[in-house]
Amino acid sequence: MADKLQQAISGDRRVMARFLSQIENGDLLVSEVLDDGHPIESDSWSTMAITGAPGVGKSVLVDALMNQWAGQGLRVALLAVDPSSPRTGGALLGDRVRMSSVDNPDINERVYVRSIATRSSSGSVPLIVEDMATFLIACGWERILIETVGSGQAELRCAAVADRIVVVEGPARGDGVQAEKAGLLELADIVLVNKADLEGAERHAGELRESYALDGKDAPDVLLTSGLKGMGVEEAALALLDLRSSGRALRARMRERLLGQHERRLVLHPSYNDVLNGLCEGTFDIDEALKELQGEGNERAS
Amino acid sequence: MEQPLRIVVAKPGLDGHDRGAKVVARALRDAGHEVIYTGLRRTSQQIVDAVRDEDARFLGLSSLSGAHAHLFPQVCQKLIEAGLDDVIVFGGGIIPQEDRPALHQAGIRAVFGPGTPTSEILEFIQQASAKNDSGVGQGSDWYWESSA
Repeated sequence: MADKLQQAISGDRRVMARFLSQIENGDLLVSEVLDDGHPIESDSWSTMAITGAPGVGKSVLVDALMNQWAGQGLRVALLAVDPSSPRTGGALLGDRVRMSSVDNPDINERVYVRSIATRSSSGSVPLIVEDMATFLIACGWERILIETVGSGQAELRCAAVADRIVVVEGPARGDGVQAEKAGLLELADIVLVNKADLEGAERHAGELRESYALDGKDAPDVLLTSGLKGMGVEEAALALLDLRSSGRALRARMRERLLGQHERRLVLHPSYNDVLNGLCEGTFDIDEALKELQGEGNERAS
Repeated sequence: MEQPLRIVVAKPGLDGHDRGAKVVARALRDAGHEVIYTGLRRTSQQIVDAVRDEDARFLGLSSLSGAHAHLFPQVCQKLIEAGLDDVIVFGGGIIPQEDRPALHQAGIRAVFGPGTPTSEILEFIQQASAKNDSGVGQGSDWYWESSA
């Protein structure tokens, strides 16, 4: 194990990828191989969640950012999350299709992309992603991007796993009232209004800035980008690299961690599938199911 | 709980038709597997890098352009060179019977032509993953007798 770990840390990507699978599958706890996690509040960041509604252009934008950063010599890893089927458990992970950075031989030594399915987790990011990111950091990857499942206003689970939160918006996302609504936008450390080459982007950015202006001095910046056309990408890459935490997310982060871990314990409970079957067949009601699952927890997947 | 298999589905070379690859990807997804689709027009090296970084157990190659006889063995060779000899490789597309022995020889464990029922591909996946020497570079002479 120690030899393998040394191989992963010194750059053997195959060995590293296999460790990540073991961590993802629950066969290995990251604390068994590494001493510490990384600190969650500091001036500089290691993990950044990129989140936003489906179709706003997260993947293309992430690829453009990775091209920029890897081009400057940084080692950048992406954990790209797509949903698992709630019926079969299978998943089609398609984020690589839009990734040009992994195929560019000038920089792909410094680019790592791993596709991840949500599996049994209900949020836009499974919590295990945090452990996978910790492992990547130990292997010398300097910046870890976490692209969430395309998600809506109330989906805050990404706050549990990342040091910084980038919300990607698109043009013409409803009227000005949308910008005033509570939820994900309140946790953003920065907002990128993508597809800025299309009509409505400027106006939407203006509405967001107006809304944030009411928050006072720790309001996040709102930048315009087009991942596809490359507009504003250099500026965004620069702003993101030194992005400070707005501090707005700390309580939400802790809440999401608590809720996420609670959910994970239920899902990993040895009787979880039996209880679920029981609910489908009507042999259990919800109260009985909860009582069963809140008994002896099992922290590891079997 | 049993973990899903991770399967890369890739299209090497210059052929731009991916209906077949998508049908197979969808069938594998519906059978509970995690399918990583790479998109069109990938080089052999890009495919091998994806298999390595994604820690895939299986690689499915699709080609309709006639370049399979060159590209499929090239991918197999590069997998072995990269130390990924335990990855199980299968192929599909317009691949004449007379070309198939050479592909099996190169370590490809199944070649599926048009009209193959997707259930047959799932059956192959199950059998191949139950063996411990069906990887591309593990020297087994076993291969799947496909119906089309």
